[in-house]
Amino acid sequence: MDWRIGTVRETSRETPRSTTIVLDVPGWPGHRAGQHVDVRLTAEDGYQAQRSYSIASAPEDAALRITVDRLDDGEVSPFLVDDVLPGDELELRGPIGGPFTWSVDDGGPLLLLAGGSGVVPLMAMLRHRAAQGSDVPARLLHSVRAPREALFHRELLALSGGDPAAPGSASLQVAWTYTRMVPPEWTGFARRLDGPMLDAFAGPAPAADATGPAAAMAADGLSAGNGSTERIFVCGPSPFVETAASLLVARGHAPGRIHTERFGPS
Amino acid sequence: MPPITRGFRGRRPDVDPSRIPPGQHHERGFPVLTAGPTPPVDTATWTFDVGGLVGAEQVFTWEDLMALPQETFTVDIHCVTTWTKLDTGWTGVSVDELLKDVDPRSEWVTIRAYGGYTTNLPLADLTGGKAWVVHTFDGEPLEARHGGPARLLVPHLYFWKSAKWVRGFTFTPNEQPGFWEQNGYHRRGDPWREQRYWSD
Ligand SMILES: Cc1cc2nc3c(=O)[nH]c(=O)nc-3n(C[C@H](O)[C@H](O)[C@H](O)COP(=O)(O)OP(=O)(O)OC[C@H]3O[C@@H](n4cnc5c(N)ncnc54)[C@H](O)[C@@H]3O)c2cc1C
Repeated sequence: MDWRIGTVRETSRETPRSTTIVLDVPGWPGHRAGQHVDVRLTAEDGYQAQRSYSIASAPEDAALRITVDRLDDGEVSPFLVDDVLPGDELELRGPIGGPFTWSVDDGGPLLLLAGGSGVVPLMAMLRHRAAQGSDVPARLLHSVRAPREALFHRELLALSGGDPAAPGSASLQVAWTYTRMVPPEWTGFARRLDGPMLDAFAGPAPAADATGPAAAMAADGLSAGNGSTERIFVCGPSPFVETAASLLVARGHAPGRIHTERFGPS
Repeated sequence: MPPITRGFRGRRPDVDPSRIPPGQHHERGFPVLTAGPTPPVDTATWTFDVGGLVGAEQVFTWEDLMALPQETFTVDIHCVTTWTKLDTGWTGVSVDELLKDVDPRSEWVTIRAYGGYTTNLPLADLTGGKAWVVHTFDGEPLEARHGGPARLLVPHLYFWKSAKWVRGFTFTPNEQPGFWEQNGYHRRGDPWREQRYWSD
């Protein structure tokens, strides 16, 4: 897969620790929501570093967007979040990734669980859904430490806010849980993801999938489930993904319907 | 020569750079990469079987595995998501040992795992002291999220070949791409040749 050069069209600060980089990539072949790119940086002496970043933009978007969260002692993310300027060139290749993708043709309902910057590929799915005017029922639960770290908060509120002019908006539900700091007078979730939260947010597994963990495990865990058309995507730091996936399986969701992507170390 | 990224200095590896394959970086933690949930696997019912195009099928229970000669060794591992972890310590059974009485009739192996994951390798990448079924990591029982109770370990190739929760091998008449191999990743995955994706 060849490296391409993307030119930074603009950057925008999303939260105090994250930035969206908008790139023009001549010859970009298009992507599916959920896929990622590999980005490669080269220092003056030829030293290189390479990392993966989910594509934040919908396939319908004319530009390619990535949204990067700064890891203070990281090598690549502080540079991308703080130092990249419009006009800079970045090497990238992609799109990469097959199982962790969704398009409106795949149907739903969609259940999306995100921890921190794990919301990025799920945002691409919701932007795609909106661009297509789809009313596939979708739910997103986003776990963040503090309100100011809630990526895409305003856009998600708008997408789900019942604006009658926006098709499908009423069929999207978004909830946040704040694990360290809550907004004033907050009455929503304020803890790490757990079973009762998942029950309150997502309700029971669709009937066709509710065959119990034993039956579900006996099935081929990577092929589609049995009758239900539910699609589940879980993305974030490893411990979040591990917890969420185990809770889902324990609630009878077919393992083959749960797609996971882990961003960080364990 | 790739274009210089304005303002990027980077952090030079704090280890011997000749141990880091191209495009990889040194990682001290142990990242996890799996496409789905972690399947619960109990050693009381665990088996490892070898079948398909073979002269003699084999099934090993957990006790059988433990009764085979154990090797403890230290290797570097390389994940396609660009982390490399140096000097990881493992204990397990060499694949040569597991295939001793099998009499393979083909050169192609599909590796199967609990949870439905598959990957594939030519037999030559599994034999000759290059691959193990391991159950112990740095002296501790291998954790479930890292593939416990037992995973395959093929350290000379990208880590997705080292199937977590491994449950058996099937010898196939020809090359049968596994899960990631069907999803754009390279058939063989040699990190030193940077064989990440189909066209690499
Ligand atoms: C498929 C895929 C998609 C990704 N998409 C995104 C994305 O859309 N946005 C985004 O911001 N990141 C994303 N990441 C993570 C990204 O690739 C980098 O790992 C991240 O930016 C850190 O790189 P770094 O060079 O700054 O840190 P490094 O120098 O690589 O890491 C420094 C230290 O921090 C630890 N570390 C690395 N990542 C994390 C983490 N997430 N949490 C806690 N500790 C960590 C490392 O183990 C290391 O010890 C994705 C990763 C993958 C595999």
